Amino acid sequence: MSRVRKKSFLVMTLLTPILMVLLCCIPAFITLFDNGEMRYVTVVDQTGLYRDVFVNDDEYTYNYLNTETTAEQMRSDEEPYAYIVINDNLLNNPDAMTIYSHRQVTTGFESNVTNRMEDFLHDQKLASFDIPNLPQIIEESNVNISVNSIRFDKEGDTQTSAGLATAVGMISTFIIYMFLFMYGGMVMNSVMQEKTNRIVEVMVSSVKPFYLMLGKIISVGLVGLTQIGIWVILIVGLGLAASVALGIPMLSGNEAELLAQAQAMGEASTIDPDMLGMVQTLAGIDFTQILVSLILYFIGGYVLYASLFAAIGSAVDNEADTNQFMIPITIIILFAFYVGLFSAENPEGAMAWWCSMIPFTSPIVMMVRIPFGVALWELILSIVLLFASAVGMTWVAARIYRVGILLYGKKPSYKELFKWIKYKA
Amino acid sequence: MYYLEARNIVKQYASHKALDDVTVRVPENHIYGLLGPNGAGKTTLIRIINHITGPDSGEVYINGRLSVPSDVENIGYLPEERGLYKKMKVGEQLLYLARLKGLSRNDAKQQIKHWLGKFDIQEWEKKKVEELSKGMQQKIQFIATVIHRPKLLIFDEPFSGFDPVNANLLKNEILELRNQGATIIFSTHNMSSVEEICDEITLINRSRAVLQGEINAIRQAHKKHLFKVAYSHDTTIPGYTLRSNDIYQVMEYGQAGGCNTAIVRKCDASTTNNELIAAMMRECQLNTFEEILPSMNEIFIDTVGEPVNKD
Repeated sequence: MSRVRKKSFLVMTLLTPILMVLLCCIPAFITLFDNGEMRYVTVVDQTGLYRDVFVNDDEYTYNYLNTETTAEQMRSDEEPYAYIVINDNLLNNPDAMTIYSHRQVTTGFESNVTNRMEDFLHDQKLASFDIPNLPQIIEESNVNISVNSIRFDKEGDTQTSAGLATAVGMISTFIIYMFLFMYGGMVMNSVMQEKTNRIVEVMVSSVKPFYLMLGKIISVGLVGLTQIGIWVILIVGLGLAASVALGIPMLSGNEAELLAQAQAMGEASTIDPDMLGMVQTLAGIDFTQILVSLILYFIGGYVLYASLFAAIGSAVDNEADTNQFMIPITIIILFAFYVGLFSAENPEGAMAWWCSMIPFTSPIVMMVRIPFGVALWELILSIVLLFASAVGMTWVAARIYRVGILLYGKKPSYKELFKWIKYKA
Repeated sequence: MYYLEARNIVKQYASHKALDDVTVRVPENHIYGLLGPNGAGKTTLIRIINHITGPDSGEVYINGRLSVPSDVENIGYLPEERGLYKKMKVGEQLLYLARLKGLSRNDAKQQIKHWLGKFDIQEWEKKKVEELSKGMQQKIQFIATVIHRPKLLIFDEPFSGFDPVNANLLKNEILELRNQGATIIFSTHNMSSVEEICDEITLINRSRAVLQGEINAIRQAHKKHLFKVAYSHDTTIPGYTLRSNDIYQVMEYGQAGGCNTAIVRKCDASTTNNELIAAMMRECQLNTFEEILPSMNEIFIDTVGEPVNKD
């Protein structure tokens, strides 16, 4: 009601996706802005063996000096970024290379120097064995394999990827987990505010407490859905805009179209087979099923937890007192979250199965399992259980709420809460 | 004709009885006082009338028929624990609360204009509630209570949080609403305001209605036959020790305005006031004679048996 109009809501709703996209773009920005300064490095190679090791690149320019240079000379000349001094054959004496500099050199520079030298010595040493056709042998001994996993399906076998399924499951679980807490907490705060503002008795003289609570849960839920909607649109929009602006190629559009494209291109054999595989894998995941169950589990889980939060908000007088009742809920949600994490490893395990049936954990755990394929009856059973208990919880919460909102200055115990449930309307 | 009747209301909470067979009859167009010490059950009774909670047994009748939940549209309730949405603007808030009471948007806006004009506070309309002082918030709260022109008004401790000027303003508003035809229930500890504005009262103590009726009748019934007399300074009335045939007994002597004064008590309630005056005139030059009626505060304390928390 008064929530959507709050400035902070608008600001947060608009800013969050912008922030998210910005966060994703930061690495790209950094690489854009970082390569400003060219650094000059002087290589003092007293052996004359390593003239070609260090090659100029975007960041570093190397100058070679054959003559011996004393520490004093190096100290007085502050022009170069660093000196690399080699005073012996490194194959015989691995400690013969030293980096001198006036400022502390970056680890990036140090590892860069070390890697180049090691590669060079590695090749040199191999060459010293004097085996004919050595480069070819090495070339042939490099084996790359890629494992394809195929799931048996009624409509035909689809290519799958455990990694991708895990990622999709994790993302949806995390979304649900976050929103349960965020919007549940919002409902609780709103109830508590009405109670501490003392407006609630004015309200219940016009509206039945049950409708007041239900209205609050529904309106905050709609706020949530609106917020998610705005986020999705903004993130996709801004992401596209950012990727265009930064020139990063990005997968977009729906995957079927992409697949068709990819196959067409695949036939023309101009496309990278890895790319084709990835697109096929994406197509192997049933996004409609995931989206529908995401929404269903969000609604069910939200109603379940929001009514619980509303009951807590009504029972206490101030924020500090909520802890006593928040702890069990937090434990349950966290437990569900961890079960969710482990279900990704073993989606068919007993733990995962039971937790995806128990209403308090099912929204979180089931979302992990869905990308791995869940029997339809399990899904329906779990959703029915969830909705039934959500309705039941709303009923129980309404009874606590009704008594709680009009009771001031007392922190109730669990026993008392239980008594309230039994009071007559 | 009773506008509101609560018949034989019983309400049991887990550990104690909040209301035990309480019957209250509020005549139409009267101001009805609901008195009682803290925790006596006043608020519970009010909540039952407001359909906030239900009685275990007993019924509430409004205008002669059984009260239904939609009747709350005709009730204006100012709870003791009251508040407003702090972040909302005054105008929006009043509109919202009026709409909840079933007023159309236009009616509500008209009423808001009317009431803000009446209290001369139009410039508050765009202010947020949290910017107002507590007294100002109380005024807004009062407007929110009466904005839908309810037939029945229930005020729970209406004067708490008001300074004397605003309390007086509020009192006049309440009397005016009564004159316009509203029936008003008034719950308070403030006994002087009860004497000033209530027509009838019910005193609830320990979940029971212990005293009911018209305020003057109650005061008459509780009178202790005490009289305040003043007489010429050169005469005296003897302070007899109690004898069986005495008509009166002097409780206290005093002096005021060049006169001797005394408080005397009739020994026998059946003695008429004229007989009492005649008896005293035999002794002294009587200047004034006035019966002392007990204040509601005294009656309250006598009935409840414990000091009243005046606030």
